[in-house]
Amino acid sequence: MEQATDTPLKKTPLNARHRASGARMVPFGGWDMPVEYSGIVAEHTAVRTRAGVFDVSHMGEIEIAGKDALAAVQRISSNDASKLQVGQAQYSGLLTPRGTFVDDLLVYRLGPSHFLLVVNAGNIAKDYAWMAEQIQGVGDAVAVDSSSRYALIALQGPEAVNVLQPLTGIDLASMKYYWFGHGEVANVRATVSRTGYTGEDGFEIFVPPQQADKVWLAVLESGREAGVIPCGLGARDTLRLEAGMRLHGNDIDETTTAVEADLNWIVGWKKDDFIGAQALREQKASGPSRKIVGFEMLERGIARHGYDAYVGGAKAGTVTSGTQTPHLKKAIGMAYLPVEHTAAGTEFEVDIRGKRARAAVVPMPFYKRPK
Amino acid sequence: MAYPAGFKYTKDHEWIELSGDSGKVGITDYAQQQLGDVVYVELPEVGARLKQGQSFGTIESVKAVSELYSPVTGEVVQVNSTLKDKPETVNKDPHGSWMVVLKLTNPGEAGALLDATQYQDLVK
Repeated sequence: MEQATDTPLKKTPLNARHRASGARMVPFGGWDMPVEYSGIVAEHTAVRTRAGVFDVSHMGEIEIAGKDALAAVQRISSNDASKLQVGQAQYSGLLTPRGTFVDDLLVYRLGPSHFLLVVNAGNIAKDYAWMAEQIQGVGDAVAVDSSSRYALIALQGPEAVNVLQPLTGIDLASMKYYWFGHGEVANVRATVSRTGYTGEDGFEIFVPPQQADKVWLAVLESGREAGVIPCGLGARDTLRLEAGMRLHGNDIDETTTAVEADLNWIVGWKKDDFIGAQALREQKASGPSRKIVGFEMLERGIARHGYDAYVGGAKAGTVTSGTQTPHLKKAIGMAYLPVEHTAAGTEFEVDIRGKRARAAVVPMPFYKRPK
Repeated sequence: MAYPAGFKYTKDHEWIELSGDSGKVGITDYAQQQLGDVVYVELPEVGARLKQGQSFGTIESVKAVSELYSPVTGEVVQVNSTLKDKPETVNKDPHGSWMVVLKLTNPGEAGALLDATQYQDLVK
């Protein structure tokens, strides 16, 4: 049994609702969060076949505004924010000078000189301090931690549009992937983005915390006939892993570069100088010595975070994420391997609590939603 | 779910259903609830010899790995191989999903295990 800590866990505005619904709660990044309601497998399946609703209000929202906001964002965020039109978002990295991940995040362009950066819950204070320090001297730009102003509800799955459209005047059918709009959801002021962490179509709905419960209930009610259910962090993790999405703290962190993490596509290589640019350019030119891969177990056994990977009988890397996926019904995972052993089909072994089991590198994502 | 009166229980949430000097072993409803959806069960080979309290395998949920501990000293005489392909039956029917059948080396050992009432109190 773990000892209870002295610091009380933070609660999202939906905490009482989760508890009243019988959710199993766990501490996560300092927050009291639902890990599951009706079971991880049932919730994972719901998202892949119908839709599920997630409370992700624990995540952080940091705004950067000012005449030089774009320059500030370009400096600290790896991707090229100048490609963003107002109303558009992009996935990016907050990198150290070594090109490793302080965090990964979504950058939303709210206005020509106004950006919203959505970051991981466990990293809010760290990210904010980093950003505030790094944008000093860029010019007229400030960073504000606005996390307490937002609750965030994610509706994910093929039925998401049908469930959400009756609740909002925002035209969802014409909202392209990674774009967002402002309006109302269930008569509550909201920003809705076509984004998510599951590999399905879906929306993330930003609302004032005081109205989160109203919106949560409205979405579930709208989706009741379609079989929409509340989903917790357990399913969130299996879904994102199936979709080949990285998790900061597991697959990426301050020891892994964007190149090693096979995230070259979120680096704005043509940008002027940004934090991590030089290190990444050098590593891209010379080639990294290790790289992240997706893999499948070839023998019985589930690979998990922290297990060692062996090539030719010698320890060669580490598993960073792993599970038995409810939808594909396979044991899959991500691992860092020496770059010469990263081609699809390469076989290696995972040490599963003392026994070696065979695995093979496979391309990611493991699952892609039907068009 | 009620805890069958005819079973004996351990503090590690295993049950054993005795029949003469052999016993069927599984995990309790409380255990499967704590685990969540079971996705993998690793069981020993027939012939394995176990001491009371010794780990005889693992049961994995999506999120976690748990050891299985033998309630008694004995030899594995049967293994439930259907759990390999259908591990979720442990969630659906924990008291009916036996994992191994043991031939007890010391049948008196089982007397010291918890009965249904005592186990119920433990997990209340």
